[in-house]
Amino acid sequence: MHMADALISPVVGGTMWVASAGVAAYSIKKIQSDLDQKKIPLMGVMGAFIFAAQMINFTIPATGSSGHLGGGMLLSVLLGPYAGFLTMASILAIQALFFADGGLLAYGCNVFNLGFFTCFIAYPLIYKQIMRRGYTPARMFSAAMLSAVIGLQLGAFGVVLETLFSGKTELPFNTFVLLMQPIHLAIGVVEGLVTAAVIGFVWKARPEIIENASIGKALGSISIKKVMTGLVVVALFTGGILSWFASSHPDGLEWSMFKTAGVEELESSDGIHQTAGEIQEKTAFLPDYNFKAAESEAEPSDSESEEAWPAVSAGTSVSGVVGGTLTLALACLIGLGISIVKRRGKASAA
Amino acid sequence: MAGIIQSLYEIRFLDELAEKRTVIHNIHPLAKLLTTLIYIVAVVSFEKYEVSGLLPLIFYPVIIIGLAEIPLLPILKRLLLVVPFALGIGALNPVFDHRIVFTAGWFTLTGGWVSFFSIVIKSILTVLAALTVIATTGMNRISFALRLLFVPRVLVLQLLLTYRYISVLMEEVARVLRAYHMRAPLHKGVRYNAWGSLAGNLLIRTFERAQNVYQAMVLRGFTGEYKTGGAPQITITDLLYLTVWTLFFAAARLFDIPALIGSLVTGVVK
Repeated sequence: MHMADALISPVVGGTMWVASAGVAAYSIKKIQSDLDQKKIPLMGVMGAFIFAAQMINFTIPATGSSGHLGGGMLLSVLLGPYAGFLTMASILAIQALFFADGGLLAYGCNVFNLGFFTCFIAYPLIYKQIMRRGYTPARMFSAAMLSAVIGLQLGAFGVVLETLFSGKTELPFNTFVLLMQPIHLAIGVVEGLVTAAVIGFVWKARPEIIENASIGKALGSISIKKVMTGLVVVALFTGGILSWFASSHPDGLEWSMFKTAGVEELESSDGIHQTAGEIQEKTAFLPDYNFKAAESEAEPSDSESEEAWPAVSAGTSVSGVVGGTLTLALACLIGLGISIVKRRGKASAA
Repeated sequence: MAGIIQSLYEIRFLDELAEKRTVIHNIHPLAKLLTTLIYIVAVVSFEKYEVSGLLPLIFYPVIIIGLAEIPLLPILKRLLLVVPFALGIGALNPVFDHRIVFTAGWFTLTGGWVSFFSIVIKSILTVLAALTVIATTGMNRISFALRLLFVPRVLVLQLLLTYRYISVLMEEVARVLRAYHMRAPLHKGVRYNAWGSLAGNLLIRTFERAQNVYQAMVLRGFTGEYKTGGAPQITITDLLYLTVWTLFFAAARLFDIPALIGSLVTGVVK
């Protein structure tokens, strides 16, 4: 469920970064207002616990396969939604940095999908509501189960929307939803079962841990309305600004048309002088571009559309392939060169 | 079990790499972090059918890996483990996008394949960028850079503590699992009747550990700030590092360098 950078666009990634940062800022404000300094090491060590516990294989009864703990729900039950969200955010940061599990640009998306939906939607709206009338094993089981399943379903839907808005995949919405939601229903059931088993055990052995967390003075009342309104405003604002920036850059189609045209001209003539002239033209490209863009705006046929495809001539493709191969070869040479020089330097030093 | 030991090993491996002293390691963490972010945005901002234009961006990880003396094999291994996840979704592009963009004799290339290759390259480049930044900087210095970027103290502290205790708790989980598997040698995973007690006991111990940690921190004068030692100053070299790379990324983004090289070469051949 961790999204990778390759499948998202800068606009979507940036917007989700801002949204997650907003939720994090709100959470920090909340936990600082009931500043219990003990909570900081608790959050840190709990984060490490979840990180390690995610690696335990739980055999799923009657199937022979095994599942894992995600931990978002368990964190909000034990630490409350604010500290739970922040802890989830740091777990995801370490996963992204050390295991490249989830991208750095996609980090905002991942924190939102795995942290926000569990801590700020499933926990207060489902878990807390069911548990309001006191602890019984049956109530706890259904609360953990329902909130884990719904939290993950929302998260999976978030992945679908963020990926589709990014426009890197050709998957139609329906197919994608049908792929994601059932898989995450199964994952959610396992998550719910493990969460319920753990909470049940801790409740029997050390009820005060669960009780303290659920009383958690400042943690009781989440103003979902406030959070949601803030989020919608922030998301619309940044999304708007970022897409405005993105669209003011040369768009892909116009750029490739221009490039193709330039190279075709080159193919028809010969000699290195033309090539040099071409490079010169390219270097003076930006001031020229405004003019070209303005010109193309007048022609509706040039507007960006999904269906349009830049004309690909054989000449361009050949030079593209040749150039691409040379680029990669050069990269390999540089890499090799550096390591040889380094090794020699070490040998001579020793 | 094996997975947990392997992950522990990988974290320590990256930690050890981060302790090296090379040209790249000596660059200010903030400069490295910003360069990495700009790089990832540059890679991802290429439109979905771009392939050749992305290739020059491989120079960045290649040069960093070379200069920072990062062994290639473990990084490539990690890459092979991670990339398939992104490719799973990208692999469906050829199924849905049949527009033919290039034909040469029997060979036809559809838009779906082009966008798939684009995703493959983007995955490789972004994963390499993330792994190289941690392998050349380390968690403490990244956290220091985050503080300079005004990330709140609580969040950075929490990140550092989680990181610090991951190895401790992973070792503990590995011990518990080893004990479980020695008593139940034929079980692949943990049976349902032990789910609650196994993970729950670990959790209770974690709570107790957190209390001890807190008391130890207070006794050593913890006031809410996590000290990471010397704070490096930003120098001209760091600024140059950031500027030169950013200019290179911008050039690679604006000009299709392989196409330029290709047209130069094919032009010369003619």
